[in-house]
Amino acid sequence: MRKKHFKNLFLIILIFCLSGFFLFSCEKKEEATGPIKLGVAGAHSGDLASYGIPSINAAKLVVEEINAKGGVLGRKIELFIEDDACKPELATNTATKLISQQVHVVLGHICSGATKAALGIYKDSNIICMSPSATNPSLTQSGNYPNFFRTIASDDSQARLEVDFTLKELKVTKIAVLHDKGDYGKGLAEYVKQFLEESDKAEVVLYEGVTPNAVDYTAVVQKIKRSGAQAVIFGGYHPEASKIVMQMRKKNIDIPFISDDGVRDDTFIKVAGEYAEGVYATGPKDISTNPLAIAAVEAHKKVYGKDPGAFFLEAYSATLALLNAIEKAGSTDYEAVSKALRTELDGKIKFDERGDAIGVGFAMYQVQKSVYVEIK
Amino acid sequence: MEYFLEIFLGGLTRGSIYALIALGYTMVYGIIQLINFAHGEIYMIGAFTALIVASVLTMLGLNTISILVLASIAAVIYASAYGFTVEKIAYKPLRHAPRLSALISAIGMSMFLSNYVLLAQTSDFLSFPNLIPELKFIEPYSHIIRSNEIAILVTTTAVMIVLTFIIKFTKMGKAMRATSQDREMAMLVGVDVNRVISVTFIIGSATAALGGVLIASHVGQINFYIGFIAGIKAFVAAVLGGIGSIPGAVLGSLILGWTESFATGYVSSDYEDVFAFIFLVLILIFKPSGILGRSESRAV
Amino acid sequence: MNKLNEIKKSFLASLWFMFLTFPIMVIRVNTVQKEIEWRWQNMFFVGISVFFLSFAWRFLFRQMASGRKTIEAGGLDKISLMQQIMNEPKMYYPILFAFTLFAATFPFIFNIYQVNIMTTALMYVVLGLGLNIVVGLAGLLDLGYVAFYLVGAYSYALLNYHFGLSFWLALPIGAFIGALFGILLGFPVLRMRGDYLAIVTLGFGEIIRIIMENWNEFSFGPSGIANIPRPGFFGIEFSLQGSIIFMYFFMICLTLFTIFIVNRLRNSRIGRAWVALREDEVACQAMGIDRTKTKLTAFALGATWAGMVGVIFAAKTTFINPASFTVWESITILCIVVLGGMGSIIGVIFGAFILILLPEYLRAFSEYRMVTFGAVLVIMMVFRPQGIVPDIRHRFKHQGSMVLGGKTKK
Repeated sequence: MRKKHFKNLFLIILIFCLSGFFLFSCEKKEEATGPIKLGVAGAHSGDLASYGIPSINAAKLVVEEINAKGGVLGRKIELFIEDDACKPELATNTATKLISQQVHVVLGHICSGATKAALGIYKDSNIICMSPSATNPSLTQSGNYPNFFRTIASDDSQARLEVDFTLKELKVTKIAVLHDKGDYGKGLAEYVKQFLEESDKAEVVLYEGVTPNAVDYTAVVQKIKRSGAQAVIFGGYHPEASKIVMQMRKKNIDIPFISDDGVRDDTFIKVAGEYAEGVYATGPKDISTNPLAIAAVEAHKKVYGKDPGAFFLEAYSATLALLNAIEKAGSTDYEAVSKALRTELDGKIKFDERGDAIGVGFAMYQVQKSVYVEIK
Repeated sequence: MEYFLEIFLGGLTRGSIYALIALGYTMVYGIIQLINFAHGEIYMIGAFTALIVASVLTMLGLNTISILVLASIAAVIYASAYGFTVEKIAYKPLRHAPRLSALISAIGMSMFLSNYVLLAQTSDFLSFPNLIPELKFIEPYSHIIRSNEIAILVTTTAVMIVLTFIIKFTKMGKAMRATSQDREMAMLVGVDVNRVISVTFIIGSATAALGGVLIASHVGQINFYIGFIAGIKAFVAAVLGGIGSIPGAVLGSLILGWTESFATGYVSSDYEDVFAFIFLVLILIFKPSGILGRSESRAV
Repeated sequence: MNKLNEIKKSFLASLWFMFLTFPIMVIRVNTVQKEIEWRWQNMFFVGISVFFLSFAWRFLFRQMASGRKTIEAGGLDKISLMQQIMNEPKMYYPILFAFTLFAATFPFIFNIYQVNIMTTALMYVVLGLGLNIVVGLAGLLDLGYVAFYLVGAYSYALLNYHFGLSFWLALPIGAFIGALFGILLGFPVLRMRGDYLAIVTLGFGEIIRIIMENWNEFSFGPSGIANIPRPGFFGIEFSLQGSIIFMYFFMICLTLFTIFIVNRLRNSRIGRAWVALREDEVACQAMGIDRTKTKLTAFALGATWAGMVGVIFAAKTTFINPASFTVWESITILCIVVLGGMGSIIGVIFGAFILILLPEYLRAFSEYRMVTFGAVLVIMMVFRPQGIVPDIRHRFKHQGSMVLGGKTKK
């Protein structure tokens, strides 16, 4: 009895499937009027939300300003904000949602893993995607994603800076390299290790991944001490970094601690307090003296009543770059916009063939009196 | 040798941290055979309450000792209240339901509580003040052990002794043992099972809150997510020691702490958790109901 | 009098919750600026909402209690609506037909986002049905189911990367490797029961994930594997939209196939052995059932589906890294099984749709999404502990013996 039901069901479904396939044809309309749709995707919830929310604020501020001036090409700009929680599997849902809403360009995603998962979908739909924070080198260097741009430099240049600084400025010969086993942290640590080995000037005495979210890192800290390292380079985010630094300092290990832009966050200083003093971290070059940046930060303070968070300025410039490119290209056409992005935009920002912004780089910062100060 | 000692003490601290959470876990399990996923959340709420109270008191200008005492008391009271309420809402109606339903209810409660704190407070990490005063006489040894770690060790031992005493020698303890062995039979002989279960949740939550205060001042930072990881680790430790047994929870936690610490110290922290879990599997293969667990043949 | 009592109860509840939520909801401390923010309005909201919610809570409880009483009074033969439908071809066929029609036309009515999340939901239906074999039928609490899912996903990604294997070849291979790992896990845990089993399987899942994170040479570590090709169909390459729709239909077929197999399995010799094992291991062995073989087949068969869906997952997202396979994933799948109703096929389907589609549609609530989700889980379990569509045990009635039981039933 049951068997029969299922047989019937199978048949019906199969017929529908097949007929569906052959009837189906892909059609896509390009509207030249109506608002320009800008998708904003990234981590807006979950434990990495603090990296994604500033990009929403940035996009909102830019769009408000531009719309007040009459929009781009006489068309208003509309925002479509979608959360991916930094998870690859959710990022594909986010991307398809944005595509079904027929967005023209996308600002995002925030995390490299999620960006990789979503990019294929954008690529097939001819949508340009610009990230303010996805630093994984292969995103641009592999050449797989011609539709991808970013306003932040990639991890290998960050690792290069960390290694050069450690070797030339700190002049140490024994270095411990730690990471948090994550996509970002371990990728960075791999580069650091590779550059250190190539330089031949220093020895990597310890290379380990620490367990993220663990309650204490005493054992790792003791191991650092035993290895005789003269400096620690850490790849990862600030919660682990602050725990390691605090436990190192409490165990009277006063060697330099060098980390990345995941640590160059004010939360790190707030949490680690006095122990944060003297910690080095790389971060995007300080552009806070740039008039545009000052205006952006002021606008943020006015609207949201507090200082903007991580990657705010990168997201701000990415939004501007995308909208300027559309203006210059005269349409939202994929080819025209991507060409416009690769040519000079009124002296503001330009992208190379691979999609990296030209002139964007990293600088070394140190915590001095509870603020990050750029070291020249 | 000093390195060995350092790693050993590091493992001891870590184990005691797990034990403070595992004790409550194992008590609740012992009495209603429920993996209380929300237990880690209770610990987190205890830590948050302590942080809030301590910050308010610091601004009022109290001295360190009274802040420590008052913050701990507030944490214990609130965590117990949460434990009590969670049991009433999410577990009591499910007493006669399939056991896995109660587990899912616990998971839902855990999600609810952590996200409730996220919404009401913040998603950022907050720095937790060091509430335990630094003792002068151990200053020279501070690279090996610090007063904070001593406080954790002492509290764990004390809590274990007190709990064992309660269970072994008080009337309530007798009622708890009876309930855990056979709930229906206990009811028949006049044990107020509902009250016993409530008391168990209150005691378990109180120990979790004490853990919250001590661990947070050891680690120095908290956020809404610390409960889940701590809960999983404590669960592993409790199972390792034989779930339902108080000394077992402490023993299991210490073994887990040492395994992780020695794995990191002598092998690599890359595979810290792998070692811990392999060790767990090995122990359970040879002692399928944990180190100190009584062997039982009850089905799921 | 009764009403007054009710109001008093609600009032007390609201007082209690106002006390409970006081530090977390009312005070917010800024530790850097040394400022305290008092949010008294929150306390007011909590008080008011708890006051009304507690009425609803008690009302629902009374409803449930009276429902239970009628079941008890009506005896054991109370048949759920679902089963009535299943047994009545007149009802069954139109519903089935409507369902088929809906499923088949779905991608042409809704946009690709809807189709995409529907495909995800279907993937979880299959995962849930797979885990249902282990948890629902055999009664083995498995918290490491995600390990097999991971194994499947990585086998396609790696085989494709190194040898250029196509999706269609990888599908059975992924399923096979999944089954292999199922047996691998099954052996050490044969003696364990209940929660000990749960913790070991949880450990197994974590071990596999951590190895994938650390062993860069083999698995590319946490940065994962990108550019995994989407499946073609007999040499036809699809556009993005075509591929999403193709995936949808493929998942529909696979879901039907899974339902068919699981349904047959459940009524087979081995399926009955699983259920017997779940109910009483000792009695089961006394009846001559080989415990080892029965448990291992449960693990292996459950893992097969996870491996297969893993391959599909890799093909669908085109990018995988170990971060997608945490304990939470196992817990989600377990929730699907229990929420739907353990052992019940229709229940698992419902469970998957609720648990996977609900968070997507709750996107509108944005930050309140996870709180709502947690609350929904608790409420569902409290008011429907046996699941949405509980499994119905087969009863074999002997016509003649009715009077012997004491209670006469129709």
